Amino acid sequence: MNSCQLIIKGLSKSYQALPVLEAFNMELHSGRIYCLMGPSGSGKTTLLRLILGLEQPDCGSITLKKSTDAGLVAVFQENRLCESFSPVDNICMVTGSVLSREAVLRESYRLLPEESLRRPVRTLSGGMKRRVAILRALLAPSCGILMDEPFTGLDEETKALVIDYIKEKSAGKLILITTHQEKDVALLGGILLTF
Amino acid sequence: MKRPADIPPFIVIAFWIAIWQITSVIIDNSIIFVGPAEVLHSFSVLLTRPDFSKSIVQTFCKISLGFLLAFFTGIMTGSLSCRFRVLNDLLKPPVLLMKSVPVASFVILALIWIGSKNLSVFISFIVVFPVIYINTRSGLAAADIRLLEMARVFGIGLPKKIRYIYVPALMPYLISGCNVALGMSWKSGIAAEVIGVPSNTIGEHLYLSKINLSTADLFAWTIVIILISALFEKIFLTLLRLVNV
Repeated sequence: MNSCQLIIKGLSKSYQALPVLEAFNMELHSGRIYCLMGPSGSGKTTLLRLILGLEQPDCGSITLKKSTDAGLVAVFQENRLCESFSPVDNICMVTGSVLSREAVLRESYRLLPEESLRRPVRTLSGGMKRRVAILRALLAPSCGILMDEPFTGLDEETKALVIDYIKEKSAGKLILITTHQEKDVALLGGILLTF
Repeated sequence: MKRPADIPPFIVIAFWIAIWQITSVIIDNSIIFVGPAEVLHSFSVLLTRPDFSKSIVQTFCKISLGFLLAFFTGIMTGSLSCRFRVLNDLLKPPVLLMKSVPVASFVILALIWIGSKNLSVFISFIVVFPVIYINTRSGLAAADIRLLEMARVFGIGLPKKIRYIYVPALMPYLISGCNVALGMSWKSGIAAEVIGVPSNTIGEHLYLSKINLSTADLFAWTIVIILISALFEKIFLTLLRLVNV
């Protein structure tokens, strides 16, 4: 089991004297889905970037206690896919030897139409690209996944399908999802955290 | 409004060949200007000469070698200089020199240093290297920072980063650089051969055409140069685009 624990203490971050986060505290455990809600511009994306180590805090600490080498991965606010490669290539790029190409193909088929799996990502619709980004994060070896508004561009039916898939694949992992919709929290069966 | 149809290419070519022929008839002096018929005749004579293929192979191999050496060295040093700033600082003056010093000066210097035998290899290298070096740096600098962040988060290693992020960012710059550099390597390489006159090369034949006032031969050899440089350019760019797939 890839158990992990994320402890954030007194985290502060500001951009050019404009405070985004002030003395923020949070403790998250693996095996649960946390949903972070807050208005736009409240610092949700900044918090995720700080946890991922892509930004340095002004003060405070972020500690990730984990039982394996695998760390945290992410679904970014933008898809961040390699556009000239296929969805399967994009996913295999992060799964390495953990999953065979056939296994990736099988998993991808659960969220994407078969004909889309070998096309370059640049030819896919916005919703399809979003699903590739979600698949990539869920199939990569990790102890936890941070998802920044993962349901953007998905219709209700696809969103329900994706949520079921997230619940299945995230078992035992720490999941932190930012969202604007309270009903997503209910669908995910997540723990609501407000900003 | 409906756009007028494009003129078929063979009509465009026929038009300019007709202009060429009319001009040669008006000038009526085969030393100053020759028509397509004379050039075609001269070309057919060239084909039967025993040193024809030898000269083409010599020139082709030397200019291509200079180009390929510059291509690989340019990519390698361009990539390393993106990673190590000190290398970029060290390479700035020689790259600037290669860019700004006239090819003729390099040809004369190279004749003194290495003689005429491998002159076109050296000149082709000198002309192509800065183009590839600068385009490699520009391409790598254009790599998407958001994808690099993604690679960092997912712990993607350097070989995969090169294949999935850097190569796609680099290729448009490299293809555009090669488009320019391929033509430049042939022009400068042949010019170097005309000045250095190494034996059994196309440059030597161009030089002899000038000495013998044989304009028809000059035109025929020029056609040979255009054909082989176009062929090399086509093959090389096709291979390069395959890497980008």
